Amino acid sequence: MSAASTDEPYLKVRDLEVEFTTEDGKLKAVDRVSYDVHKGKTLAIVGESGSGKSVSSLAVMGLLNRKTTAITGEVWLDGEELVAATDDRVRQLRGQKMSMIFQDPLSSLHPFYKIGKQLVEAVQVHQQVDKKAARARAKEMLERVGIPDAEKRLDTYPHELSGGMRQRVMIAMALVNDPEMIIADEPTTALDVTVQAQIIELLRDLQADFGTAIVLITHDLGVVADMADDVLVMYGGRCVEQADNRELFYRPQMPYTWGLLSSVPRTDINLERLEPIAGNPPSLLSLPKGCVFRPRCTYHDQVPDGLCDTTRPDLTESEPGHMARCHMTTEQRLEIMRDRFGDRSLL
Amino acid sequence: MGAYLVRRVLLMLLMLFLVTVAVFILFAIVPTDPARLTCGKSCSPQIIEANRARLGLDQSLIMQYWNWFRGLFVGRTYAEGTPVEFSCPAPALGYSFRKGECVTQLIASRLPVSIWLAAGAFVIWMVVGILAGIYAALRRGKWQDRTLVGLSLVGYSFPTFFIGLLLLFFIVIKWNLLPYPNYVPPSEDPVQWFQTMILPWITVSMVYAAFYTRLTRTQMLETLGEDYIRTARAKGLPERTVIRKHAFRAGLTPLVTAAGLDLAGLLGGAVITESVFQLPGVGRLAIESVTDYDLPIIVGTVVLVAFFVIVANLIVDLLYAAIDPRVRLT
Repeated sequence: MSAASTDEPYLKVRDLEVEFTTEDGKLKAVDRVSYDVHKGKTLAIVGESGSGKSVSSLAVMGLLNRKTTAITGEVWLDGEELVAATDDRVRQLRGQKMSMIFQDPLSSLHPFYKIGKQLVEAVQVHQQVDKKAARARAKEMLERVGIPDAEKRLDTYPHELSGGMRQRVMIAMALVNDPEMIIADEPTTALDVTVQAQIIELLRDLQADFGTAIVLITHDLGVVADMADDVLVMYGGRCVEQADNRELFYRPQMPYTWGLLSSVPRTDINLERLEPIAGNPPSLLSLPKGCVFRPRCTYHDQVPDGLCDTTRPDLTESEPGHMARCHMTTEQRLEIMRDRFGDRSLL
Repeated sequence: MGAYLVRRVLLMLLMLFLVTVAVFILFAIVPTDPARLTCGKSCSPQIIEANRARLGLDQSLIMQYWNWFRGLFVGRTYAEGTPVEFSCPAPALGYSFRKGECVTQLIASRLPVSIWLAAGAFVIWMVVGILAGIYAALRRGKWQDRTLVGLSLVGYSFPTFFIGLLLLFFIVIKWNLLPYPNYVPPSEDPVQWFQTMILPWITVSMVYAAFYTRLTRTQMLETLGEDYIRTARAKGLPERTVIRKHAFRAGLTPLVTAAGLDLAGLLGGAVITESVFQLPGVGRLAIESVTDYDLPIIVGTVVLVAFFVIVANLIVDLLYAAIDPRVRLT
């Protein structure tokens, strides 16, 4: 938690739960997730595919079909609760106070409409301005996100642009109404590595300018380390560890997070070798009875009485501002952590 | 674009040429002697041979084709130099000895009926099919959707002749809601024309409406699941705008292809419907010719349908390029 800012968080999520009704039964995609995001700060949500990171964000945006999805908990955006709000109210806030950037900019832009038209439309939903003013705003925004020759680009179709340019257009579209919070759902996954860095740089730059609160959904730990203030690790629809950036990277306290950190190369800590996490993420339809991570966890023998097999651990504060979901004691975890990641982790 | 058009038109002509060759060969190898069919049972060999010569059937197959092909452009004269000389003006598709008329004129007199039938049915099935398909897609999984999908299955399964006869029996014969169908051109008696056409329109459009309901529903559902629809919602657009502006355009575009080709196929005559309702259209002409072994007419109608379909293909491609900016005509 960025404990420094005492003011009210711009986005406050409490006990968010999302349950889908499928043909195979109820599926709890998100289970009691809570987090805060302050203006000008970035929260990264990390996890494998199917961990519920995207779904939780779509729930915040009100983009899940309410007829087939049960959403409970609270989502406070700038002091306004959204879960209980009407569809129309949430719609008015979308694009205006909160925006979203998606993974694949090509499929996320309408193939039949020119960039300019799509941007102008975004402006005119929320601002009572004529087409000319909206177009001027669109052009200004394209220039701001670093698209050269913006006037000309307004009259091109999405398929005529490169991947990086398209994602810039998406970012411009998300920011065109000056929202104070943006959810970026894997904004760099579909892009070339060199372009990825540019896009992250752009997001950081824009955040510094506009003081936007950003929720960054990603599985790229490099991007997280680079950009996030706080990190939330999700597994099996649950939050398994939550801490600020330094804490999470240098004092990780949950076996799943250790696994994540050991499976990517690092320059700051000398890992013996990369260790992928054995096994696969659990199916949300048949979660283990005990700890959700138990089938892939190599430390369950540290816990007495087979507790890991029978009881789901709670998310507890192991150290100030650092939450983890594990049956092991904090001392046990700190020892394992030192063992695996060396002295740097002592910080 | 210009080069593309030229190439497409040339290709089109080549395809038409190949179709005529194929049809011509096909009917040349049919084990019937067209000359034998020119007169009834009490026909002397002399008359048959005379007719064979008059129709040019005594010549080689290649010469026969050449004569036919030439006739398309310059017209054709039969039994040249004899007292019974007669000719068909260009574009001559042949001469029907059975009916004693040039094929082109025969088809031309029947074509308006088929065009009226196809056009009316087209309007009905496009309106009904698209509206029902959109409605079903927007009510996905609800009873309205299930009902429409079920109905379309029923509509799609019923054979055309059955629907036609059913309508004819109940609406005309049993309940006397409409007079017995008797085709007149709309210029002569628009009321009677309309009364005659209404049931055939319904009959033809039924199957197509069912098919287009399902097609539209599938396309719409697919489109509604697209990322750019989610983007449109994320912008804060009202759901109405999302559907009308974003989903319709992308979801209905693929229908252009199907609609163009279906309409083209129908223009060449709806064989069953025209027969059930006694409409003097191209379809009925074709079926009469088949039972009569009237080969010149069969060749003529096949070429006509091929022409419609090939032209429709080109039009559909051009339309598609106009709607979808990603499609380049090169």
